[in-house]
Amino acid sequence: MSPTPSKKSADAAAAAATQARSSATGLGGGGGGAGMRLIVPLQGVVQGRGGLVLGTLIPCALFYFLQLYLRRNRSPPPTSPQPPAANGPDLPGIVRSSSRNFLSARGSSGHAAVSSRAASIARSGDSPYFVGTKKCSEDPYHPVDNPDGVIQLGLAENRLSLDLIGDWFARNVKDALLDEREGGLSISGLTTYQPFDGLVELKMAVAEFMGQVMQGSVSFDPSQIIMTSGATPALEILSFCLADAGNAFLVPSPYYPGYDRNIRWRAGIELIPVPCRGTDNFDLSIPALERAYNQAKMRGVKVRAVLFSNPSNPVGNLLHRETLRDILDFVTEKGIHVIVDEVFAGSIHGTEDFVSMAEVVNTDEFDRSRVHVVYGLSKDLSIPGFRIGLIYSFNEHVIAAASKLARFSSVSVPTQQLLISMLTDTKFITQYIKTNRERLRVMYALLVNGLKQLGVESVKSSGGFYCWMDMSKFMKSYSEKGELELWKEMLSVAKIHLTPGTACHCIEPGWFRLCFTTLTEKDVPVVLERIKRVVDNH
Amino acid sequence: MGLHVDDHSNYNVLSRIATSDGHGENSSYFDGWKAYDNDPFHPIDNPKGVIQMGLAENQLCLDLTHQWIKQNPQASICTGEGVSEFKDVANFQDYHGLPDFRKAIARFMGKARGGGAMFDPERIVMSGGATGAQENIAFCLANPGEAFLIPTPYYPGFDRDFRWRTGVQLLPIQCHSFNNFKITEPALVTAYQTAQRSNITVKGILVTNPSNPLGTTLDRETLRTLVSFANEKRIHLVCDEIFSGTVFDRPTYVSVSEIVEEEPYYDRDLIHIVYSLSKDLGVPGFRVGVIYSYNDAVVSCARKMSSFGLVSTQTQHLLASMLGDDDFTTKFLAESRRRLSRRHKVFTAALHRVGIKCLESNAGLFCWMNLKHLLNEATVEAELELWRVIIKEVKLNMSPGSSFHCSEPGWFRVCFANMDDNTMETALKRIRTFVDRGNDTTAAQAKKKKKWSDGSLRLSLPRRIEELSIMTPRLISPHSPLVRAAT
Repeated sequence: MSPTPSKKSADAAAAAATQARSSATGLGGGGGGAGMRLIVPLQGVVQGRGGLVLGTLIPCALFYFLQLYLRRNRSPPPTSPQPPAANGPDLPGIVRSSSRNFLSARGSSGHAAVSSRAASIARSGDSPYFVGTKKCSEDPYHPVDNPDGVIQLGLAENRLSLDLIGDWFARNVKDALLDEREGGLSISGLTTYQPFDGLVELKMAVAEFMGQVMQGSVSFDPSQIIMTSGATPALEILSFCLADAGNAFLVPSPYYPGYDRNIRWRAGIELIPVPCRGTDNFDLSIPALERAYNQAKMRGVKVRAVLFSNPSNPVGNLLHRETLRDILDFVTEKGIHVIVDEVFAGSIHGTEDFVSMAEVVNTDEFDRSRVHVVYGLSKDLSIPGFRIGLIYSFNEHVIAAASKLARFSSVSVPTQQLLISMLTDTKFITQYIKTNRERLRVMYALLVNGLKQLGVESVKSSGGFYCWMDMSKFMKSYSEKGELELWKEMLSVAKIHLTPGTACHCIEPGWFRLCFTTLTEKDVPVVLERIKRVVDNH
Repeated sequence: MGLHVDDHSNYNVLSRIATSDGHGENSSYFDGWKAYDNDPFHPIDNPKGVIQMGLAENQLCLDLTHQWIKQNPQASICTGEGVSEFKDVANFQDYHGLPDFRKAIARFMGKARGGGAMFDPERIVMSGGATGAQENIAFCLANPGEAFLIPTPYYPGFDRDFRWRTGVQLLPIQCHSFNNFKITEPALVTAYQTAQRSNITVKGILVTNPSNPLGTTLDRETLRTLVSFANEKRIHLVCDEIFSGTVFDRPTYVSVSEIVEEEPYYDRDLIHIVYSLSKDLGVPGFRVGVIYSYNDAVVSCARKMSSFGLVSTQTQHLLASMLGDDDFTTKFLAESRRRLSRRHKVFTAALHRVGIKCLESNAGLFCWMNLKHLLNEATVEAELELWRVIIKEVKLNMSPGSSFHCSEPGWFRVCFANMDDNTMETALKRIRTFVDRGNDTTAAQAKKKKKWSDGSLRLSLPRRIEELSIMTPRLISPHSPLVRAAT
C-alpha cells in the first residue's frame, strides 16, 4: 500500500503516480491532478491512431519500464558486493565495512536495512497532530504558571471525572493488590502467567459494566470478550483476523485519524473513506457506501468490512437504530463484516439514547457472525493509561483467532485485578456514570453556547469528548490549504491545538475537532477568548 | 445472545492469518500436554498428577517481590499513600512510557548483566512482554518473505512471535552436541548461503543469550563472530537476553552491548536487544517486554508500534518504584542467583546419580537433558514415543528436543524453577523409578523395539509438534505447560 522506499528515488513521473495513488486512498491531497497532467498530453500525442486505449496504455508501459529500469539499476542484493571470505573467516575483529562505507555505497537508501513498514512510519512525523502535540508539550498552558502556553484540545481524554476514580482507589484498594485474608489474591496470582486474553473475572466484570453503560438495553456475554491492552490493539487484531494485506475496509469519513495507524500500518489493509456531508449532519448514507463498494470492486480491491465509530469520533453524533439495521443489511448482502467502535458508548451528554450494534443484532434476524464490536475503558472510565480494551465478537472463529493473537497485547495482571475490584462495585459505577454524564453535559453546553456567541457553529452532537465545529467562513480560501492555514493560525496566534478536518479525511474543508474534557470550567472562557482572537481577525 | 457456530462460508471470509496454523495449536502435541492440564499435580489433592516441567517460570523468589509490594503500598498508586499520583498516572498515555519507568528499567538491565554495560533510557521501547517485543522488532526489520537466521535448538515460541503476523521466515543455523551446540562461523556461513541459494533475503540473525533451551551463555568470541558476521553481510543481530539475570555460575555473562561498547568500529545500527522482566524478576503476569536498539530509526519506529502493546501505567509506576529501589534489586538478583544455583545443582546431581547427563549450563530456568540412551533408536519418532511414555507413565511434562528444532533426537528441556523443593523431589523420585525400571527391562524393551518402529504409531506431523508451545490459554488452564514455556 504505502510506497516502498525504493520508489522514493524515482523521478517526477513516479512521484506523481504515487501521489495519485495515495490521494485515491484519501491520504495525500490534490495529487490526482498531477497524474492527469502527465497522462492527458501523452494521450493527445497518440490520439490520431490509437485513441483512448493507446493513450492510456503507452504511459502505463512507459511507467512500467521506468520502474523496471530503476529496479535493475539499484544496487544488487546486499549480499554480493562484499566477497565473504576476503579477509579470511576467522578474523572476527577485522572491520569489513564500516557504516560510512555502507551509507555511501548504497546512497540514500542506507536505511533500507529496516523494513519498508518501518521506513513508511519514519516519515510520518510532520502531520498536524504531531506538530501540535509537540508545541503543547514544549509550552503547555497552565492557568497560573504559564497562562500564555498552548492549550491541548486535540486529545480525546477525559479529566472531568478522574477525581471520582482516584477517590475510589484511595478508599478501596488497600487490599486489592495483595489480599491475604479469605485466601484472596496471592503474589503468584499476580505475577505469574495468566490467560493472555484476560482473566475470566475481568471479562465478567467488564460485560456487566458494558451492560450498565448501555443502560441495560443489552447484556453482554463474557465468553465473547477478548481483552487487549487498549482499543488500539483490539482494532488491529480484528483487522488481522478479518482481512488480508491489500484488502480494504469502507470507513465513513470524517473518521478518527488513529485508524490509519491501527489498521493500515502493519495489517496492510486499505481504508476507503466514504464521504459524509455537513448538510446531512455527517450521517452515514447507504448509497454512499454502495458507491464506494462498487468503485473498489472496479479497481479490483476486495472490501472485507465496514468500519465506523458510534458515537462518531470526531463528529459526536449517534447512529440511529434504522441506520444500524441498514448497515447490517448492506454487509449481509455483500457478504462482508461490520466493525463498530463503541469506545465512547458511555460518554453520552445529549438527550438521545445510544444504541449498540450488539443490541440491534440481537433483536432481529441478522447474521450475527459478521458483527464485531470494539470497546475499551480508556474513554468511559477515563483511565487511558491502564490500557484496557476489548473485542466483542459474535463469530466464534474470530474469537478463537483473536484469543491467540491477544498474547501480543495483553493486559498486565495487577491492573486487571484492580479493575475487577472497581468494576464489581456496582454502586460506585452507577454513580460514576451518572456524574460523568452530567459533567460532560455541562461542559458541552458551556462550550457550544460560547462558540455560538462567537459566530462559530458546530454539529449538534450527543456523545464523545469533543465538538465538531465549522470554521469554514474564517478561511482565506475554501480549500484544504485554507484549512491548514487556519489551523496554523489557531496554533500560533490563539495558541490552541485543534484537530483539523483533513486529518480525519473530511472532504469539506474548514471543520475542526475541539476536545473539551481536559478543561476545567474556568478554562472555558480562556479558550473562547483565544478563539475570538482568530475570529476577529477575519 | 449466542454464537454463530457452524457456517463454513463465514469462516472463509476471514483472513489467512486467522485461518492459518501460524499459532501452532493444531499439532498432535496438543493431545499430549492436555494430560497435564487434565491432571495437574498437587502435593495433597492430587499427588499422582502430572508435574509441570515444561514451564520456564521463575517462582523461586516470589516471596521477595511479595514482601516488597507489601512494604511499599504507595507504589501501586491505589492506596491512600499513593493516590496523590493517581491522576497523572491513570491518564498518562504517551507511548514513550513513564520517564521513571524507563530509567529504572535501563538501570536494572545494566545490573542484571553484571554491570558490564550501561543502557540509555532513551533507547528503551516497551512492549507487551517479550512476545510483543519479538513481533515488534520483526515488523521493524523485515518484510514478509524475508528471513532471520537462528541457531538450533531454539525456543519454539519464536515460530509464532517472529513469524505469524509478520510473514518473516526463520532459517536454522545447525548446531550440534559434539561441541556443546556452539554457534560456529562455518555453520553461520552455511545457513546464510543456503538461504541465498533459495533466493531468500536474509535480514538478520536472532540469538538467545543465555540460550533457551540450552541454559548456556555465549562467550565473547562467539558474540564477536556474530557481530562481525552481521557487519560483513549488512544484516541485523537481534539478541534475546531475557534470561540475563538468571546467570548463576561462571563464566560471567557477556551481553552483546559490551561488545558494542568495546569495539567502536562495529556498526551499532545493526544491533538490537530484546529484554523482559518475566524471567529475571519472575513477573510474567506484568507483561513487560523491552526493545533496546542502537538504531535510531528502529527506536523511533518501534516506539510508534508499541501502541499495540503498551504496559499499563499502573504497572509501570509500580515497577519504577520497585526497580528504582537499589537495595531491593541488588538483594533480589543475588538471592535469585543463589537459589537458582542451588536448585540447579541439586537437580542435575540427582539426575547424574541415575545416569542422566545434562548439558553443562550456567543460566536459565531449565536444563537440557540428554536421554539418548533411553531411545529405542535415534529418530524423532522414538524421541516422541519416549516423551509420551514420560507424560503418561512417569507423569512429568517436559519438552522434547524436536519441538526446539534440535537436529539430534534424544534431548529434552526440563524446567526446574517453577516448583517448590518438595515437588522437585517428587519429580526426581519419579525419574529414578522410571530409569530403574528401564534398566530392569532392557531386554524386554529390545524385543518391543521392533514393534514400536513398525509404523503402527500414527504420528501425524512431527514438524508441527515443534510449535507445541503455542497453545492458547483460553483452551487450557492458566497453568498449562507450554503456553507458559512461551516467552
